[in-house]
Amino acid sequence: MGRYVIRRLLQMVPVFFGATLLIFLMVNVMGDPIAGLCGERACDPATEAQLRQEFGLDKPLWQQYLTYMGNLFTGDFGTAFNGQPVIDLMADAFPITIRLTLVAIVFEIIIGISLGVVTGLRRGRPVDTSVLVLTLVVISVPTFVTGLLAQLLFGVKWDLIRPAVSPEAPLDELILPGLVLASVSLAYVTRLTRTSIAENTRSDYVRTAKAKGLPRRRVISRHLLRNSLIPVVTFIGTDIGALMGGAIVTERIFNIHGVGYQLYQGIVRQSSQTVVGFVTVLVLVFLLANLLVDLLYAVLDPRIRYA
Amino acid sequence: MLLEVRDLHVEFHTRDGVAKAVNGVNYTVEAGETLAVLGESGSGKSVTAQAVMGILDIPPGKIAGGEILFKGRDLLKLKEDEWRKLRGSGMAMIFQDALSALNPVLTVGDQLGEMFTVHRGMSRKDARAKAVELMDRVRIPAARERVRQYPHQFSGGMRQRIMIAMALALEPDLIIADEPTTALDVTVQAQVMELLAELQREYNMGLILITHDLGVVADVADKIAVMYAGRIVETAPVHDIYKAPAHPYTRGLLESIPRLDQKGQELYAIKGLPPNLTRIPPGCAFNPRCPLARDVCRTDEPPLYEVSRTRRSACHFWEEALRG
Amino acid sequence: MAPTGQGGAMDFAMDESETLEKTPDGPEGTGPAEKPRSLWSDAWHDLRRNPVFIISGLIILFLIFISLWPSAIASGSPLDCDLSKAQQGSQPGHPFGFNGQGCDVYTRVVYGARTSVSVGILATLGVALLGSALGGFAGFFGRGWDAALSRVADIFFGIPVVLGGLVLLSVVTSSTIWPVIGFMVLLGWPQISRIARGSVITAKQNDYVQAARALGASSSRMLLRHIAPNAVAPVIVVATIALGTYIALEATLSYLGVGLKPPTVSWGIDISSASPYVRNAPHMLLWPAGALAITVLAFIMLGDAVRDALDPKLR
Repeated sequence: MGRYVIRRLLQMVPVFFGATLLIFLMVNVMGDPIAGLCGERACDPATEAQLRQEFGLDKPLWQQYLTYMGNLFTGDFGTAFNGQPVIDLMADAFPITIRLTLVAIVFEIIIGISLGVVTGLRRGRPVDTSVLVLTLVVISVPTFVTGLLAQLLFGVKWDLIRPAVSPEAPLDELILPGLVLASVSLAYVTRLTRTSIAENTRSDYVRTAKAKGLPRRRVISRHLLRNSLIPVVTFIGTDIGALMGGAIVTERIFNIHGVGYQLYQGIVRQSSQTVVGFVTVLVLVFLLANLLVDLLYAVLDPRIRYA
Repeated sequence: MLLEVRDLHVEFHTRDGVAKAVNGVNYTVEAGETLAVLGESGSGKSVTAQAVMGILDIPPGKIAGGEILFKGRDLLKLKEDEWRKLRGSGMAMIFQDALSALNPVLTVGDQLGEMFTVHRGMSRKDARAKAVELMDRVRIPAARERVRQYPHQFSGGMRQRIMIAMALALEPDLIIADEPTTALDVTVQAQVMELLAELQREYNMGLILITHDLGVVADVADKIAVMYAGRIVETAPVHDIYKAPAHPYTRGLLESIPRLDQKGQELYAIKGLPPNLTRIPPGCAFNPRCPLARDVCRTDEPPLYEVSRTRRSACHFWEEALRG
Repeated sequence: MAPTGQGGAMDFAMDESETLEKTPDGPEGTGPAEKPRSLWSDAWHDLRRNPVFIISGLIILFLIFISLWPSAIASGSPLDCDLSKAQQGSQPGHPFGFNGQGCDVYTRVVYGARTSVSVGILATLGVALLGSALGGFAGFFGRGWDAALSRVADIFFGIPVVLGGLVLLSVVTSSTIWPVIGFMVLLGWPQISRIARGSVITAKQNDYVQAARALGASSSRMLLRHIAPNAVAPVIVVATIALGTYIALEATLSYLGVGLKPPTVSWGIDISSASPYVRNAPHMLLWPAGALAITVLAFIMLGDAVRDALDPKLR
């Protein structure tokens, strides 16, 4: 197991550098990294030359990338458009996005799995069909539409919540945004659980469990669920990274000052340091979440052994 | 009488129509007795057993009629919870493929111990001790260490022993073994069969052995029931059947076993295929494949004729079949 | 393409491999003996009687029709706006009302279909061609090529889609649909390439392919005659579902302000510009949002039905 983790971590290294290099190139080749540094105006030529030298922008790109990465590992993510260190922005933004992601995952687990189990055990019945149709609709409607509609209904029409989340983003204000963020994944979790349950219900070991005279509740909870949830847990694990990346849309709709908001600001103000920094961290989260899932798999399914 | 199945009918409702899997099966098993149920796949032998255990998938399965008397009580009239308590403690089942029949994510100790915690209300620790005892009982080496392992870590023969241990855990009166050795290597088959027979004698249990392998049957069974298309076509004490089958189908089965003394001869095969259970032919279900078939076989369903006090045959021309 | 809030089409395609009404374990051989049909005619036989397929197929045909001839059902121009009518609701001749600039919402919804459908189809074609070419190449030649391509695919998988779109498209000034399509192809090909690679590797191991190789068939002939037909079905299934997600992605990017830009008519842009006024004039948002949802739903349902029909595991 230890060796497997090390091998996987080593495999992640080229992917990490490849992805960050790609982003770095995109930002630097296509945008002007100092364009935003002099506030709203364009910089005068003297300042510009000075800034270019200061940031090492007169050097070749590959050297810039190496310098950037070197700084990054000492915790220096550079400076944002307003002169604030990017790391400070992260310290503000990440806790909020992580909180939002957690709310979303809790919804996925509670609602998604329960619906999946209920429909999986009652396949072909009206409950099953209606939930299936509902999941298809949720998957089809883009998140930003779902979000805007939810905001319109709950925030404006029924006045149940504040349409915009306050800057501190307390947990109770994140419930609706979390549900919106979770919606598509939630539908996938429901479908995946349903399929998995339905498949395992017919399995030989469930028949054995019945033949052993176990009560139905125990057959389901101990034998059926334990096996059926393995792919579901995997999906939810992979989703952690995807949710944090996808939070941009949700944060935009509900005006949440998280990672997506900062990234968006960075892009609008052409602050390359902010964009590259945030994206780098997100890519890292994404890759680590995938590794975590693989390890979790081994814990849940004893048949999997990593050499 | 330990078990008596009376005129059992089971159907499956599928998209292609109603499949009549079991059509009026009767058989009995006494304590300490071994009944072998023979037949091709689709003959209804496993479905009958699952109906007795009460583990049929309903729907699409449906018990359309009959009685299943276990120690005089009709199981079909019991409440679900009463029947459930009988499973494992009164009757137990051994499945064909132990690898898929055991839960892959639980240790064998957990799966064995579960019998004791659920049925006997034992603590987890006592149940674990019982599990080790059981594994010793079915001669699994190093039981104390291996009780913590998962099914995939055992060999095929060892896994089947674990299945047997699980069935024996609560010392039931009746064991149903559904092709218990089919998935195993030939060398291991004999060992597992021997173990099963030995434990049966020791606990004086009734045993229903479902198989399509006539070779296994000769050594362990007391009597045989041959099934075809959901009906019993012949029942007889084991030696009588080998000497002279009273049904052309049984004869076909016997003649399709390769034998050393007939080396060089062409191996016999019953022509045709088993019938589609949604469209069983009228009259005798075997008639399209039967060498003895006459007009009456295509119109009249044969009753179980009494061949002798202990033998029955569902063939209009059983005397002819007996002569060979 | 990495799964994001939009949902990767890949997961969707894979999440159901169940057997719906399999005959129970007991009575084997109950199925009527029918003569075998080819995968495609079998699938078509199934699809023709599947209501989901028929409904989604009709919606898609209608969408394609109005994409080609929008003037057939909408007389005006989507760019013909009258500020004095801004935000007004439904009135005769203008069933969906007017948007913030006083343009007719109905006309814009109709013309928006053209954008969405073209982006969806072109992006899917690009992804399918590039993905199957690269994946097939990697799977067929194996070894070094395969390893290298898998690593590159991993890198593209490592970038969340919406994030990549924001970064990459934020600097684009062109108002055509091509940058958006190019971006989707750039981040979308690994999804198809993995499937194509897998199918090619499976097909390569088939006995008849090994036999053809032993008989001295050339590489290109084997690829085209024996291997490609096996890879086509799974690629088509995933591509159909992906088409729906690309339409959703275009709208999402346009909503974020980095996708399509005016004067291109896009549901995403209209939804974005309507969202600040949702309190007073919800109709400006609801009509394009509804059209978008129905379009994406139709493509996803179609892909779902095609997958059920083409997946031999389901029989």
